[in-house]
Amino acid sequence: MRRARTWLPGLLLVTPSIVAIGVFVYGMLGWNFRLAMTDKHDEVSEGKFVGLKNFVDIWDLPRWHLSVQHTIMFTLVFVLGALVLGWFLAFLMEKGVRGEGTFRAIYLFPMAISFVATGIVWRWLMNSGMEQRAVGLNRLFDWIGLPQWQWFRDPDWGMAAMALPAVWQMSGYVMALFLAGFRGVPEELREAARVDGCNEWGVYRYVVLPMLRPVTLSALIILGHISLKVFDLIVAVSGKQIITDVPAVFMWVAVFDSHDPAKGATIASYIVLSVAIFVIPYLIWSVRKERRS
Amino acid sequence: MTAVIGRRRASTGVRLALLIAFVVIFLIPIYVLLVTSFKPLTEADPGQAWNLPRTWTFEAWRVAWEKLAPGLWNSVLLAVPGSLLSCVLGSLNGYVLSKWRFPGADLLFTLFLFGMFIPYQGVMIPLVQLLVNLNELTGLQGVFYGGIPGLTLAHVVYGIPICTLIFRNYYVTIPDELIEASRVDGAGMLRTYWSVVLPVSAPAIAVVIIWQFTSMWNDFLFAVFLTGPTSWPTTVMLNNIAGAQATPYSQQMAAAILASVPTMLIYVLLGRFFMRGLMAGALKG
Repeated sequence: MRRARTWLPGLLLVTPSIVAIGVFVYGMLGWNFRLAMTDKHDEVSEGKFVGLKNFVDIWDLPRWHLSVQHTIMFTLVFVLGALVLGWFLAFLMEKGVRGEGTFRAIYLFPMAISFVATGIVWRWLMNSGMEQRAVGLNRLFDWIGLPQWQWFRDPDWGMAAMALPAVWQMSGYVMALFLAGFRGVPEELREAARVDGCNEWGVYRYVVLPMLRPVTLSALIILGHISLKVFDLIVAVSGKQIITDVPAVFMWVAVFDSHDPAKGATIASYIVLSVAIFVIPYLIWSVRKERRS
Repeated sequence: MTAVIGRRRASTGVRLALLIAFVVIFLIPIYVLLVTSFKPLTEADPGQAWNLPRTWTFEAWRVAWEKLAPGLWNSVLLAVPGSLLSCVLGSLNGYVLSKWRFPGADLLFTLFLFGMFIPYQGVMIPLVQLLVNLNELTGLQGVFYGGIPGLTLAHVVYGIPICTLIFRNYYVTIPDELIEASRVDGAGMLRTYWSVVLPVSAPAIAVVIIWQFTSMWNDFLFAVFLTGPTSWPTTVMLNNIAGAQATPYSQQMAAAILASVPTMLIYVLLGRFFMRGLMAGALKG
């Protein structure tokens, strides 16, 4: 144990940040949970402690059920879509192609744009007008003989369409992660497998794929936590419409339109919990892994 | 043997063709943005949706610029000082957590990391309340809540984890002997930071500034909760412009492009650092 004199200055230097994170992250998360456990359903009342009542009651709201279902569908399509497309693009480039830098730059640039700007162009692309009034993809589909549909206004599959802009925006990032993963597999390992009589598919299946697992996990965590809190994109594409409601938009409405802090805090708590459930184990796992190496 | 080479060449061709097909698909939204933004209102009917403009006009750009300019300025006032502040805090934290460690530093770092992943909805209501209270306490109306300083504060604070992470991971690569040598020479913690660590920090500083600038510029959630009409940054203003029924598509698209120009420029000019930020952020989205 080194003496306090050697480490104390360091601790002092990070103290402002510790205090800031303590108050703004942990303090406020706690404050939010406490608010969610009160009956402060308007802005003036004191708010009595009611335990988990709000957490139970919210399941009586059809709108909440809808927003949860929407998030599930959005998450499935977005996470799988971005993962598969990102992996596929990396797979195509893995062995090196001419102009790789250009390809990478084009697939990645959507990440530099805000979801709000993205949403504007995708709202036009996914306009639900048909036949004479069709613009965007419906008009394009008409030309090439594909069926037109309602896109994000489709009552059953609307959220799958809503995930398309998100896939467009994030699959380049996943590609970059996977490409780094592919390149991290030592060539000798592949060569050794080939010498042992593996064909290319076998090399891929038994040598490369297992080594991509950590990258896949990181990508899953990143995409998953973006998906569960998705907000900007939904607002930019369709505003506050119920047909594309998600918890984050519902919370916004609860705070600003219904002026119901307790309800807003309850929804926010559910969003935090849904993310924490898989992020905390992931963080513990990655910190342990780092310490081992 | 020739068959194998032939097959390999064919597969290269197929891969290249697929990659190019994806490039076309990826660029469709950009085509739409550009083409639509240069169209006059007379060519706004759906039948010409995918056509190039017959007459090119900057009219939509002019109007979009007029409407968006205050928001762009607010975003500059937010993102420039904000990313610099983030840099200072992140650098000092990263330095201590990699080279001047204290008992419990690992645990602290993990706790910081969690702050990177929390959905900000989970702190939004208390944050609004705190900023409102700060307004009242200081008597500065529209500064903390409803102002750029409050928004900057939020971004800087919630940016601490990612900035600390980037700097820490970078400083870990500085040999401990360098720090040790400086210590033996009698330099204290800050002196060592100033004369040994800071001079080699440029790459990490670039990564952090780019990362923070981009996320502050593109953020919508904090902005919509914390700012008001006079302090709306680009994203909120853009969303309001585009959300109004009366705004023609050409103006919406031109505004969307204008709003994306700064981050696109950064991406094009400093793409290398942008990539590194993304990789460091492999822990974050």
